[in-house]
Amino acid sequence: MVQLTLPKNSRITRGKVWPKPEGVKNLRVFKIYRWNPDDGKTPQVDTYFVDMDTCGPMVLDALIKIKSEIDPTLTFRRSCREGICGSCAMNVDGVNTLACIYGMDEIKGDVKIYPLPHMPVVKDLIPDLTHFYAQHASIMPWLETKTNRPAKEWLQSIEDRKKLDGLYECVMCACCSTSCPSYWWNGDRYLGPAALLHAYRWIIDSRDEATGERLDNLEDPFKLYRCHTIMNCTKTCPKGLNPAKSIASIKEMMVERRV
Amino acid sequence: MAFLTDRKRASGLGAAKTGTEHFWGMTISSAALLILVPLFVFTVGPMIGQDYEAVTVYFARPIPALVALLTFVVALVHFKNGVTVLIEDYVHGLARKVWIITMTCVSYAAIAAAVFAIARLAL
Repeated sequence: MVQLTLPKNSRITRGKVWPKPEGVKNLRVFKIYRWNPDDGKTPQVDTYFVDMDTCGPMVLDALIKIKSEIDPTLTFRRSCREGICGSCAMNVDGVNTLACIYGMDEIKGDVKIYPLPHMPVVKDLIPDLTHFYAQHASIMPWLETKTNRPAKEWLQSIEDRKKLDGLYECVMCACCSTSCPSYWWNGDRYLGPAALLHAYRWIIDSRDEATGERLDNLEDPFKLYRCHTIMNCTKTCPKGLNPAKSIASIKEMMVERRV
Repeated sequence: MAFLTDRKRASGLGAAKTGTEHFWGMTISSAALLILVPLFVFTVGPMIGQDYEAVTVYFARPIPALVALLTFVVALVHFKNGVTVLIEDYVHGLARKVWIITMTCVSYAAIAAAVFAIARLAL
């Protein structure tokens, strides 16, 4: 059965409250999930106080400030700081998002930061995305052709290129897949919104010649049809994409080739 | 612990090459119920509170009997398919198969009971 409660060794306890900086007027409270595989403890939520007068506006700015000035052991992924690399995906204030493009002015009260839900945790805010990436690889995210390679390039009309807008921008941050209840319960077999959005990106690419095989490989009660159009994916996507629509379009094509 | 590559874990047993019929079947039965449920309410509604004689006479007419029959059969087929998805979502392992078999049997038994009841009323 689906596990609705956390196992004993995963229950979150109250962690350390870090000292308040002295003489600071504009303080903000951060409650951050901490878990270290090496110390044998259960996960904890540590409390930090950050001086907002000397901090940038984004959640990632605060995390970097905490790591640099308060607690160097705090562990998280980050790279580009402008929503392009997808590294800093985490659950901020109950929403899966990219910490680098999520403004703290959007959050009321304490800032609560957890790793992406329902994924194995490597440490602190770092989820293990191994299976997520393997699922992406399984949909063959590359151009498949059978015709001999043209002398110059594969041609594509402006109209056909436009069909890829809203799809190619996905940065594989995993916010969508980890917000999906179907992915939580059946993530071992269900491909999830991110992989399916990428699958659709190649299915409708006018240059790709493996459309049938791609649809064949998705036609499965679990790989594709676990999507019940809950639309958490679309709601949470930090890039404003619509994976639910892509999945619906794949289902439409499945029906199209049968009926 | 098995030493499987990540890719092998992700691919699993491959695609079952099925699921579209189920999806399309649910779409059709949903559309049918959109029409049948209001018809059922309007045809069976006036009979609520009537005596046995009046009800048997009413259901001896083809339209009310057929509407009731179709509504029950389509709704229960829709239920069977829906509950299968529900079980696939939330139950894992052997229990999943046991529950699907059980609920399929329950659905077909309910269909048989509905057909028998309406046939007795109508014939």
